[in-house]
Amino acid sequence: MNAMLPVNLDRDRLRAHHRLMWRIRALEEVALRGLDEKLVLGAIHPSIGQEAVAVGVVAHLAREDLLLSTHRGHGHTLAKGASSGAMLRELLGRDGGTCGGKGGSMHIADFGVGMLGANGVVAANIVIAAGAAHAVKLRGENRVVACFFGDGAINRGPFLEGLNWAAVFGLPVLFVCEDNRYAATTRTDTMTAGPGASARARSLGVPAEEVDGNDVLAVDEVAARLVGEIRAGGGPRLLHAHTWRVTGHTGADPGAYRSEDETRRGAALCPIRRARETLAIAGLILAELDGDEAEARREMEAAYAEAQAAPFPPFAAAFSDVQDIGAPQHAAAA
Amino acid sequence: MSELTYLEAGRLALAEEMRRDPLVWVVGEDLGRGGVFGQYRGLAAEFGPDRISDAPISEAAILGAAVGAAMMGTRPVVEMRFSDFALCAMDELVNQAAKARFMFGGQTRVPLVVREPIGMWRSSAAQHSQSLEAWYAHVPGLVVACPATPACNKGLLKAAIRCDDPVVYMEHKGLWPMEGEVPDDPDFTVPFGEARLVAEGGEATIVAWSAAVHVAADAAQTLAADGIWVDLIDLRTLWPWDESTVRRSVRKTGRLLVAHEAVTVAGFGAEIVATIAEAEAASLRAPPRRLGSPRAPVAYAPTAEAALHVTAEMIAGAVREMVQGAPR
Repeated sequence: MNAMLPVNLDRDRLRAHHRLMWRIRALEEVALRGLDEKLVLGAIHPSIGQEAVAVGVVAHLAREDLLLSTHRGHGHTLAKGASSGAMLRELLGRDGGTCGGKGGSMHIADFGVGMLGANGVVAANIVIAAGAAHAVKLRGENRVVACFFGDGAINRGPFLEGLNWAAVFGLPVLFVCEDNRYAATTRTDTMTAGPGASARARSLGVPAEEVDGNDVLAVDEVAARLVGEIRAGGGPRLLHAHTWRVTGHTGADPGAYRSEDETRRGAALCPIRRARETLAIAGLILAELDGDEAEARREMEAAYAEAQAAPFPPFAAAFSDVQDIGAPQHAAAA
Repeated sequence: MSELTYLEAGRLALAEEMRRDPLVWVVGEDLGRGGVFGQYRGLAAEFGPDRISDAPISEAAILGAAVGAAMMGTRPVVEMRFSDFALCAMDELVNQAAKARFMFGGQTRVPLVVREPIGMWRSSAAQHSQSLEAWYAHVPGLVVACPATPACNKGLLKAAIRCDDPVVYMEHKGLWPMEGEVPDDPDFTVPFGEARLVAEGGEATIVAWSAAVHVAADAAQTLAADGIWVDLIDLRTLWPWDESTVRRSVRKTGRLLVAHEAVTVAGFGAEIVATIAEAEAASLRAPPRRLGSPRAPVAYAPTAEAALHVTAEMIAGAVREMVQGAPR
């Protein structure tokens, strides 16, 4: 680790990032335990190790700004301001979950904080994000849309279509490629022609930057610049963040297709540890930093316990919110 | 009332709704020049390029952007040019538009209309001729409309734009020049799930939608000349479909024939026939029947294209067999 302190380090800001990264980590570790305890029912896709990208980018979004996420979306959602209690209730499929227990991890959403949904289909959110930004522009609003996706998404058509769309219409979108080197269980570089997300963005005239996605201050700094350019009317930007997925693709995937060496080197990149070391060098007391972790774990344990106590949604939830016209008739029977 | 074509009626519906609601906007390829069939001619001049928006040939982005823009409270009308091209945007329509409200627990709505012109038309061949309405009827969350007349094209399109659900709106390309009386009332709408009785009679029930309604109407005339009077029901919307009107008619006639241009196998006629077989078995005086296309792609050559047509003769013949108990 670099023992040098960044010039103009904002200790309070980094401390806040440290706390939020711990909240994301603690939420996902509780969720993984929930999977083992068969309380988290469907697949979850942890973002453990990738927290700095969510935290550094979302730090530049105001509440009225918008965010679209992926199947690996817990971090983005929490960072945007969703409640951990509602999120864990959603993961357990309970009443009072962000989506009333009807979406689960892969469709977690909180429109109240501008989080327009995680998506179970890779790259699908890219064109939807372009459309949300299109509406922002049509209505003359001053909002930025952030759209997260993984490195696997750049090989789907909606990546090309969505970036082209945002560029042609000059829309306020920050595309964020979280490049964790694996598309599900496949090494992305074995299935991707050319140098990747940022090069493809630049080929469409979308300015792009690459960043060490495990350095929260670096992400924070570059996201500040890109979001600022977007707010100034500069049109879309792409941030290509290199990171590392500590877990397998899903909570149930041990990730055994990765070499021990790769796994060890990846784990050493831990963004939380790096933030902690920087804060320690900057004079923070380690016990205080440990307190950030303990507080995050307390919050998530309490949310997990509360979620377990919450009821499942009623039978009739299966038939509500399908459609107004021609809604399911079974609703009446419920 | 005004005498308008089916195409003009759709254009008028759109213009009226755009004047009524500034959140309505349209996006699709070539719209600035009036669209591939001229359905949008003149609208860019009135509403400007932001509300009659051109689009790249990016069906996934057109429909996906409409989903995002609809979730943000605007009311996009999407033009897919040919329904066949909408297949490039099936994720956006089926996984996203149809699911967002439900899977996000009612936090959002997706009030979009996707116009997908269907049907065989002037040697358009295999990729520009399909009638895939049954696919969409199968998907919870979607509303499916198939107007058959100019009046219906006005009233149903207006209802679709005002509706908060995603609506798959399937106009038939062969009907664009069809003329008819269209109500002038800017608040005239056609309700979803309410069929239109085209002809009335006691001996058989014919159910059809879209262009097949007019083929069936010809058949009904032929049959009437022979003294066989039928109920002809224009379903107008496939989801929801007007089950009670069809059942009421079958209870009277005891005979049901569904005629559609789409492939017979797993077509929406199968759903109607099965529903009636289950619900009205005691009323049936003959086995209910379906007429549709053989399960073959549409050919370019007119002779081979015509081999897939359901004709008035076929419909009249089938009804005669059902009524007279002739060998099938």
